[in-house]
Amino acid sequence: MSSTTKAVTRGQRSTGAILLEFLGSMNLAITLLVALAIASVIGTVLQQNQPYQDYLLKFGPFWHEIFAGMALYDVYSAGWFLVILTFLVVSTSVCVYRHAPSMVRDMRQFRMSVKEKSLRSFQHHVADEVDMAPAAAIDRTSRALSSRGYRVRVKDHGDHQVVSAMKGASNRLGYLFTHVAIVIICVGAVMDGRMPLKLAELTGRLVVETRDIPASQVPPESRLGASNRSFRGTVEIPEGRRANVVFIPMRDGFLVQELPFTVEVRQFRVEHHSTGAPRSFESDLVIYDNDLPEPLEQTIAVNHPLIYKGHAIYQASFGDGGSRLNINIWPLNERGLEPVPFEGNVFQNYPMEVVDRGEWTLELHDFALHNINPFLDEQGQRFNRNFGPSFTFRLRDRTGVAMEYQNYMAPVEQEGRLFYLSGVRESVADEFQYLHIPADPRGSLQRFMTFHAMLQNPAVIAEVARSTTTAAVAEVRGDEEVQEQVRRTMERLMLLFAQGGYDAIAREIESRTPPEQVSQVTEVFIRVLHAGLQALYLEVLAEEGVDEITEADQVFLEDAVVAANAIHFYGSPVFLHLTGFEQIEASGLMITKSPGQGVVYFGSIMLTIGIFLMFYVAHRRCWLWVTPAGEGRSRVVFAGTSNRNMVEFDKEFGVLSAAALGRQPPSDRDGSPQEQPT
Amino acid sequence: MSVPHEAIQIEQPGWFRRLSHLDWAWAALVTAATVFVLAMYGGRMDVYEISVLLIVAPGILWLGWFWRPFQAFSLAVAGLSLLGILSYHGWSLSDPGDLARADTNFFLKFLVSGETATMWMCVLLFGATATYLAPLFRYKDGRPAIQPALIMLAVTGVIGAALVYVGMNNIRMGVQFIAPMFLIVTAAALIGLFARSDFPARVGTALAWSGAVMGLAGLLVRWRETYLHDPTWGYIPVSNLYEVFIQFAVMTTVMYLYYEYRTRSRAMGGFVMMVVSASVCFLLWYVFDREAHLIEPLVPALQSWWMKIHVPANFVGYGGFAIAAMLGVAYLLRARGERVNPDGLLATRLPSREVMDDVMYKVIALGFAFFTIATILGAMWAAEAWGGYWSWDPKETWALIVWLNYAAWLHMRFTKGWRGVPMAWWAIVGLFITTFAFIGVNIFLSGLHSYGTL
Repeated sequence: MSSTTKAVTRGQRSTGAILLEFLGSMNLAITLLVALAIASVIGTVLQQNQPYQDYLLKFGPFWHEIFAGMALYDVYSAGWFLVILTFLVVSTSVCVYRHAPSMVRDMRQFRMSVKEKSLRSFQHHVADEVDMAPAAAIDRTSRALSSRGYRVRVKDHGDHQVVSAMKGASNRLGYLFTHVAIVIICVGAVMDGRMPLKLAELTGRLVVETRDIPASQVPPESRLGASNRSFRGTVEIPEGRRANVVFIPMRDGFLVQELPFTVEVRQFRVEHHSTGAPRSFESDLVIYDNDLPEPLEQTIAVNHPLIYKGHAIYQASFGDGGSRLNINIWPLNERGLEPVPFEGNVFQNYPMEVVDRGEWTLELHDFALHNINPFLDEQGQRFNRNFGPSFTFRLRDRTGVAMEYQNYMAPVEQEGRLFYLSGVRESVADEFQYLHIPADPRGSLQRFMTFHAMLQNPAVIAEVARSTTTAAVAEVRGDEEVQEQVRRTMERLMLLFAQGGYDAIAREIESRTPPEQVSQVTEVFIRVLHAGLQALYLEVLAEEGVDEITEADQVFLEDAVVAANAIHFYGSPVFLHLTGFEQIEASGLMITKSPGQGVVYFGSIMLTIGIFLMFYVAHRRCWLWVTPAGEGRSRVVFAGTSNRNMVEFDKEFGVLSAAALGRQPPSDRDGSPQEQPT
Repeated sequence: MSVPHEAIQIEQPGWFRRLSHLDWAWAALVTAATVFVLAMYGGRMDVYEISVLLIVAPGILWLGWFWRPFQAFSLAVAGLSLLGILSYHGWSLSDPGDLARADTNFFLKFLVSGETATMWMCVLLFGATATYLAPLFRYKDGRPAIQPALIMLAVTGVIGAALVYVGMNNIRMGVQFIAPMFLIVTAAALIGLFARSDFPARVGTALAWSGAVMGLAGLLVRWRETYLHDPTWGYIPVSNLYEVFIQFAVMTTVMYLYYEYRTRSRAMGGFVMMVVSASVCFLLWYVFDREAHLIEPLVPALQSWWMKIHVPANFVGYGGFAIAAMLGVAYLLRARGERVNPDGLLATRLPSREVMDDVMYKVIALGFAFFTIATILGAMWAAEAWGGYWSWDPKETWALIVWLNYAAWLHMRFTKGWRGVPMAWWAIVGLFITTFAFIGVNIFLSGLHSYGTL
């Protein structure tokens, strides 16, 4: 071919050829690898697939809009991410397409028509005239080569003979395997990906459901039939209930995926270690399907899914399945001497009429059988304490404002005393603040509730103030005017305390007293208030039939006053005490169908084999060029190449070339003394 | 050449014929041990455990043939761990063994209980690092390299002492655990002042082997200890950060020792062992500050036989990448040394650029191969535990990023023929990416992989 025709063809290269070269170029491949890596980083730094509300709070409306527009909340199924992946697959495919033919040729051809000159230009080559006939030289070299695993070919070119040998041709196969494997893995991933859903959404055949409604009410355009080839959804099924759909979360909503069978959760179990940590989560499942002669029963656990009809059913989570709760409602007012019994189920809402406070809604939210909390003992050793059952609920007033509460069923010991704990918080993002209500000697709420109810009753307070002041002041002086003044102060302080705690008293003092007298007045007022509360408490004890007051009873009063004060921050007109329950658990199942899994695994195995072939098999070639030099002598050139592990090849070439030239091979190991020939 | 041609051995004997008597004894021992295990415990092993055994046993056998020092290493580990396990008693079903013996039994208390052996490993590996580094500062052509040695001694000694002081007096908690990194160099410079040969580096090899033996034996004894705590707890000790750091130290050391054996150069040792020492420092902080060595039962998601192969495979990868990065550092130092001061310590004491470049490629290739396997195994495990082989969980994604990074590195070397300084820099950057994938993800990002939180 002359140089002119070459120039012409280059000038007239088709657009296709240029495109092919661009797509198969290493620069594009590396760029794509880097782009993929950076996109992946974004996806890990920005937490993916959270509720949109959370993002809005975190980034503000401006950035939220931009991030949502760039699909940064779901990077891995974003259009641009899929484009990068597609380009990577195309680039790899083109690379394979362009290089495969030459690779295959390289594996099979022995290059018998090699030129002597090019052999002499090899880095590894030796040349000499040897005291052997060509046939002998060829025989020696061939034996040396084949004993080291080389395939050997000999060709007579008339004036010279060529021995060509190679081994490790599968190294080239490694190239093909790894690159084809990447394509296969990506194809498998696409089979399991959300591309079809995205397309259906784009064409409007599918609409993401964003309302919080039961599966049965979800309209058909948000439902996927059982024929859908690949999906990954979850469903929470209470014990004893069934489901034939799963939910696929999509951005700020979900889709309903129908199943070709029905799953029942017969029982869900959590087993615990002696430390209290969970040891296993298991569900007894029953599969109902018309294709089955009888329902299929199977227990699944974490790491042990059930595979049925190409669907894999996993134990993914657990939660409450609508436990039945028995609750005592203690009104936190003067009627709170007796509780009102109530029964309800978790996840249900109940209207609640509170005297003077209007209509409230009680939203039972969750129930937990165990509350295991870590503690440190005196030696600094970690240990766990189980606080026992608790339930979580929200109380919503008429205006729709709600507080969240978590109440424990049994009193919890703290500093040697027992308290009923109730956590309260305004939003899920806050920590719970705890109200500590002291338990009476019988372990019940009764004494505190009586104390609190009487404190809320003005008639009782007036009576307590009267009898206390009469007794106290009569002892000292008997001045009726002073007595009346003290009585009125005590009554007023107790009423204030009952309505607004210490804060109300402090406000009262501030508004009526000159600043320089505040501390003095406060001291007096607190003493008067506590005397009144003490008297009230004695009333409570008398009613209970306690005649001997112990130190524990005294400590109780202190705790009760603290609690009565804290109730003003509690935000609820009632105190809910869990008295009994019937736990119903729900098992969270993840059900998936991934037809691409086998493809991906096949690609992965291919990738692994390819990598090892590529790294650990060296493609080596050796040539012997022999020309007769007369009188049983010959001129030989021996050369070789290797594309991997040159250190190893240096040694091998030393031995092989010695064999070819009929010399003593160098010692096998460098460093060790060479054996002298005898 | 007067040798008759026929007398020259030109054909290579078959592979098996090249094995020595010792090699065959090794094979017999491994086979006997495998048969013994199957006969004794086969009945209680499930099909996966038997397959793992049947894959691992030939693997160990082959590794011993391929790399003879591994035979002695395995025997030492086996001997020590058996000593530890048997010292706990409990080798019959009627005797469950007693964890309390760790405080009374001599061997357990001072040598091979899980915790003690790990402490031995820490000390030995620190020692190995110091002695490997020492020849850098030794006599040079008969003259002591006093000046650099003294400067290093003073600088690192002062920094190390300051860190210990600041940490111990609670001015800044925890910094005393960084001090060993400096004090090791101080010790190395001190030894170097007196060393007249490369003998300290040979001591380093011995210490590194011993450290690896103690670390692995400690892990194996700890495996038994998990069952002694409570038979239902028992798990392979590659499940939390404490255990995998021991594994990292052992794996990296052993991998380095292999390349030391292949290249016959101990000059890389000081640098590679620095990264091992850094992991030991972290381990010490983790033990003394966080009590990470306490054995606790596994969460249900980790109770899977996949873990037995997924985690170790990953650590061949991490180990390889770590060694490559440290060789990158050594490479850059040597390159700079050659430029600035061709007769200086850096230019003359470090291994040749070719050797470092070659080993860097080899460890990255090995690491990459095993990291690929580990990621695939991880995907298979995820398919069984999380309901999908790929969930774009942060740990998974970072594994992919690490993989892409080294894939690009290898492509550049293979197709563009990149060598030397840029590749050394890239290997160093690679270690930062790997470290983030290894620990950073657990600290900064949440996800399904949240077992190894700090």
